[in-house]
Amino acid sequence: MIGQACEFDYAGSQALKVLRADGFRTIVVNSNPATIMTDPGFADATYIEPLDLDGVADVLGRERPDALLPTVGGQTALNLALELDEAGVLETLDVELIGASVDAIRRAEDRELFRDAVESVGLRVPASRIVGHLSELEGVSLPAVVRPAFTLGGHGGGFVETRAALERQVETGIFESRIGQVLVEESVRGWDEFELEVIRDRRDNVVVVCSIENLDPMGVHTGDSVTVAPQMTLSDDAYQQLRDAAAAVIRAVGVETGGSNIQFARNRETGELRVIEMNPRVSRSSALASKATGYPIAKVAAKLAVGYTLDEIPNDLTGTTPASFEPTLDYVVVKFPRFAFEKFPGSELALGTQMKSVGEAMGIGRTFAEAFLKAMRSRELDAGSPTPWPRLVSIPDGVHSWFVRELESVSAALQRVTCVEDLVSDDWLALKRLGLSDAEIGEQCGLTEQETRRKRRAWGVLPSFRRVDSCAGEVEAASNYLYSTWGEADEALPRSEPRRVVILGSGPNRIGQGIEFDYCCVHAAQSFRELGYEAVMVNCNPETVSTDYDTSDRLYFEPLQEEEVLAVCERERPDGVVIQFGGQTPLRLARAVEEAGYEVLGTPYGSIEVAEDRGRFGELLQRLNVRCPEWGVANDARQAATVADRIGYPVLVRPSFVLGGRSMRVCYSRREVEAAMRLGSEVPTLIDRFLEHALEIDVDALSDGRETYVAAIMQHVEEAGVHSGDSSCVLPPQSLRPDQAHEVAAIVRRLARGLGVVGLLNVQLAVSGDAVFVLEANPRASRTVPFASKATGVNLVAAACRLATGRRLRSLGLPAERPPDRVSVKAAVFPFARFPGSDPVLGPEMRSTGEVMASAADFPTAFGKAERAAGRPLPSTGTAFISVRDADKDAAVPIAAVLAGLGFRVVATAGTAGALARAGLAVERVEKVSEAAGGRSVLDLIRRGQCDLVVNTPQGSGARTDGHRIREAALAARIPCITTIEGSSAAVAAIAGSQSEVAVSLQEGIPSYAQTA
Amino acid sequence: MSGLLLLEDGSRYSGESVGAPGISYGEAVFTTSMTGYQETVTDPSYTGQIICFTAPMVGNYGVGPERCESDRAHASGVLMREARGPQWTRWLAERHIPALSGVDTRSLVLQLRERGAMRAALVTGQAALDEVMAGLSGFPSMAGTALVDRVSTPAPFVHARSGRARVAVLDLGCKRSLLGCLARAGAAVTVFPHRVEAARLARYDGVVLSNGPGDPAPLLHEIETVRALLGQVPVLGICLGHQLLALATGRQTFKLPFGHRGANHPVLARRSGRVLVTSQNHGFAVAADDDPAVSHISLYDGTVEGIELPELEALSYQFHPEAGPGPHDARSSIAAWVDALRPTRRRQALAQAA
Repeated sequence: MIGQACEFDYAGSQALKVLRADGFRTIVVNSNPATIMTDPGFADATYIEPLDLDGVADVLGRERPDALLPTVGGQTALNLALELDEAGVLETLDVELIGASVDAIRRAEDRELFRDAVESVGLRVPASRIVGHLSELEGVSLPAVVRPAFTLGGHGGGFVETRAALERQVETGIFESRIGQVLVEESVRGWDEFELEVIRDRRDNVVVVCSIENLDPMGVHTGDSVTVAPQMTLSDDAYQQLRDAAAAVIRAVGVETGGSNIQFARNRETGELRVIEMNPRVSRSSALASKATGYPIAKVAAKLAVGYTLDEIPNDLTGTTPASFEPTLDYVVVKFPRFAFEKFPGSELALGTQMKSVGEAMGIGRTFAEAFLKAMRSRELDAGSPTPWPRLVSIPDGVHSWFVRELESVSAALQRVTCVEDLVSDDWLALKRLGLSDAEIGEQCGLTEQETRRKRRAWGVLPSFRRVDSCAGEVEAASNYLYSTWGEADEALPRSEPRRVVILGSGPNRIGQGIEFDYCCVHAAQSFRELGYEAVMVNCNPETVSTDYDTSDRLYFEPLQEEEVLAVCERERPDGVVIQFGGQTPLRLARAVEEAGYEVLGTPYGSIEVAEDRGRFGELLQRLNVRCPEWGVANDARQAATVADRIGYPVLVRPSFVLGGRSMRVCYSRREVEAAMRLGSEVPTLIDRFLEHALEIDVDALSDGRETYVAAIMQHVEEAGVHSGDSSCVLPPQSLRPDQAHEVAAIVRRLARGLGVVGLLNVQLAVSGDAVFVLEANPRASRTVPFASKATGVNLVAAACRLATGRRLRSLGLPAERPPDRVSVKAAVFPFARFPGSDPVLGPEMRSTGEVMASAADFPTAFGKAERAAGRPLPSTGTAFISVRDADKDAAVPIAAVLAGLGFRVVATAGTAGALARAGLAVERVEKVSEAAGGRSVLDLIRRGQCDLVVNTPQGSGARTDGHRIREAALAARIPCITTIEGSSAAVAAIAGSQSEVAVSLQEGIPSYAQTA
Repeated sequence: MSGLLLLEDGSRYSGESVGAPGISYGEAVFTTSMTGYQETVTDPSYTGQIICFTAPMVGNYGVGPERCESDRAHASGVLMREARGPQWTRWLAERHIPALSGVDTRSLVLQLRERGAMRAALVTGQAALDEVMAGLSGFPSMAGTALVDRVSTPAPFVHARSGRARVAVLDLGCKRSLLGCLARAGAAVTVFPHRVEAARLARYDGVVLSNGPGDPAPLLHEIETVRALLGQVPVLGICLGHQLLALATGRQTFKLPFGHRGANHPVLARRSGRVLVTSQNHGFAVAADDDPAVSHISLYDGTVEGIELPELEALSYQFHPEAGPGPHDARSSIAAWVDALRPTRRRQALAQAA
């Protein structure tokens, strides 16, 4: 089985669960360490290997499985299955492809074959033509949509209205497509968009699991649309027409077993229908449909793939009905996309056929508006972040009038509230039933959320909890999957364990807070269950494993907001609330949880506050005699400049309390500091001395308050200044001397004790010369926990949960603190290609949306593999372009020398070429973009495919600088583009020193897994 | 105006009255179909029933004449968590159907599931509840009640003039979808009142026993009619018609605790092993006991969903292949039945008569 990311982690881990239960030996291949499916306990053999032809073929060759299941691993897996088939690997190794045949995959993915299949059952696709070259655009009518074949999230496609835009889009699209083809098609922009999740078994039985209606009409990628399930605006006749069409399409395409997502465009006036697309696999939408209905699509798909039929598979939630019982909903589900436009300045806010959201949140309610408002506030937007649909009233164009009316009636009801004092019980109930939060009602009346809540509760208006049971109550279901609503009876659930914990999840994925934290929450649930507690999960992210009702004893699918979380706590009366594992989201709620009288398990919230409050943290460091870079706080540009002058340049400027280094800048002068302050808002801003050329170290440790276990010391490949989430990172550290490592560990121990940590502690340090500085400490699960756990074989979350329940460190039986034998590298995955216009350069602001891991006997091999896994395979020969800023000129010489020694043709722009030539290297000069005339610039080289590696360290980031254009061109051409000197050194070392090595599973690589898994 | 649902066990559910004013009595039942509210309320099989929709919001897409399953609304009342007007609620009021919105429908469903379908009164505005309760206890329960007389056509009529085969429909409360399916399958369709003589029906190429409301057991005349037809002419029974076929061939029927009403019920066709997702609406079922004639069973509770009596040229379905509302998976079975009819039968019959 091959996997991909968050929603596919959910699908993959579900599939693994049922296949193992059925007695299959399971082997999983995935390069993402932050996944549950890659946990050693989840499969019989786990390979964290690059998801490319070589990586997977290698594993198949070693394991010789009977069958390969690609349909639960997203588009990446499907593409790989095709590649493996084309390369003859499956045939040679006698591996059967299950779930979908190669023919079916091709029919679904290849536009022409798909059109033929759809038309063969009397349905239509939008009029279209396949284009492989610009010359084939003659006679295309506009507006049109450009869609490349075989890309992720509609990547490289777009809606075009003019001839010029058409040509531009077609060019990118051809490039992006694996088969060099794009589809130019009739625009159905403005039509309503529906999706059906369909499942078929080997006896040709078909069921529709869920209908999904998009609020944003055609033209906006469904991943970026607000969507609702079940569909709200179609009559039975119209809906059955879609259902019939969906069944006909899955049969015509020939998906023999498993799930498919089929998208339709429907003209609101005429009812005309077009089949837009089909995914012959478990998809992002099917993860949503699974959570929306309680019907586990991936589980069922996996069982169907190994030969079961729909009538033979029981429904988990009811236990008595079969999987052929189509879910029916007595509630409404709304999904909101979560965007991160603030991270990609320069890119357009507009939505189109290319997916731009980085995460999603789902809300469940008894009415559309209730679900909508829950999902909307579950996004947890940072104040002022630009996003589509920021507020209830900002309804985009083209939304069906039914939805508009529903939302407008909520706005109107809210407008009518003027004074909370006037509201009596019925008024409160009416407002709450609309889906309005205490905060929203309070804001309308100029009251705090807490005061508003007090008033409401005084009237006895409290939420009730309802079960998701997939059958609208028709069948008795032991479902543990709950949501809140108002003015109804509560479905009480028996509590079986005397002790229980509430685990707060991490909410929608966003940059800086992704799947790593869900991994931690899932482990926390498992660990507390093992410890004899009932684990109660609260989360609102439909893509995750934590919102699988199998993960916890009870799942509350609720916004991670004070109101909802306190309501869950009040109902559950937990022995403790777990806030360590969900990133920043639970931390924001910790104070309210404590004030309401619930105990925060593990590290007390006070310690977290000390760590986050720079002043108090500074005092603590002083007391512990630990160094940190000089720093100061400023409220405006003038103060900032004064502080910076005092502590000396360069400085790091950042607003306090931010996630993922938002608005962080490194400034080298007073002028830059003032400029950076103008970009930020009015919040207090931290100014730190920035340590240049320092080694950045990340440590994950466990503490029981007295003793501390330093579990993992990791070195960042890029130096301080590149956000730790974006930097590659290696374990064990490659350039830390034993004495330095010893000192790092000693500092971490002192800090853990000083902060009173009970559980996990992450510390970031910088080693400059002989001095070790603490940059920051986070007494909670960090982004690196999954990576560190997998690299060392110590399940850090499991250990932290035990500590939180009062166990002592020495009772946990952890292996001795010692660096692992194998070298593991974590590399970041970036979404730059989705955000044209924004500069793909690494800096203090985090922008990666995922990560990969690779392990090997040595660093170069591991690094090379990690880059491959991140989709940036390093070339072994060819042309390398080098252009570095002045400060890096000397450091560029050895890099160029090694490349030249490896037989690379080295080209450089004037300044860099001069420096390299002076060092005696053979180098060809190429013109800068701005000097170029007549196609001789580096851009032309890159665009013509005559360049295989770009090393470009930025002189200064910003729109339309030469460097920016070079980096953008490299990105578009899919050429590895390295923007730091350290990254370049590591890459060159990897090119020079990579060894070919047999893939080793986690279970073999780290024997200690046998004990901790 | 506020309203109340009063159940025979004394429990109450409140809501806001959004339909016609007044008091109405009926059996409280629920349907889990997410679409087709108008089809449901106009389905004659819902006669004498107060329908609770489990769908969270009802009325979203308004009303349309093409969505009527008969010429009027038959349900005694409608209960919704969230009604959406104005078209739908006005439509209900115009047809004198009391309806409540804002009802805790899920709690009601759980109660009906646990304790079975119950007699209930839907009351709008002010009413003396003890009088309503008295009225409720005097209201006949569904078991043993014949309702066909209230919904069957008073006189025969032709639904489709021409076709490859001539089909007679015994109207026990027939849905328009069923007639439409027969016509689309190529049948000329004539509809007869439920008291028609068997001999008139036997002259056709095939007879359809339609769906309809109430308990099949008291329908002695109709059972006799079916018995007379068997062996004379191919017979297809749907829902109540299916139950009548069973009773006419010596089988038993019984009342289900709360019935099957929805558009998602899986049915296993035994011979092919195929699963059909079906539309269902029935409160009574045929008793099975290892009956070899059972061709279809419910994958939900194992009850009989179809019988086949090839020696009598008779077959029947408990579910609704004609859909309306619901999935179309089983529509082809009606077409297949029409296809198999021998149009020559009528001429032979005429020849014999002469």
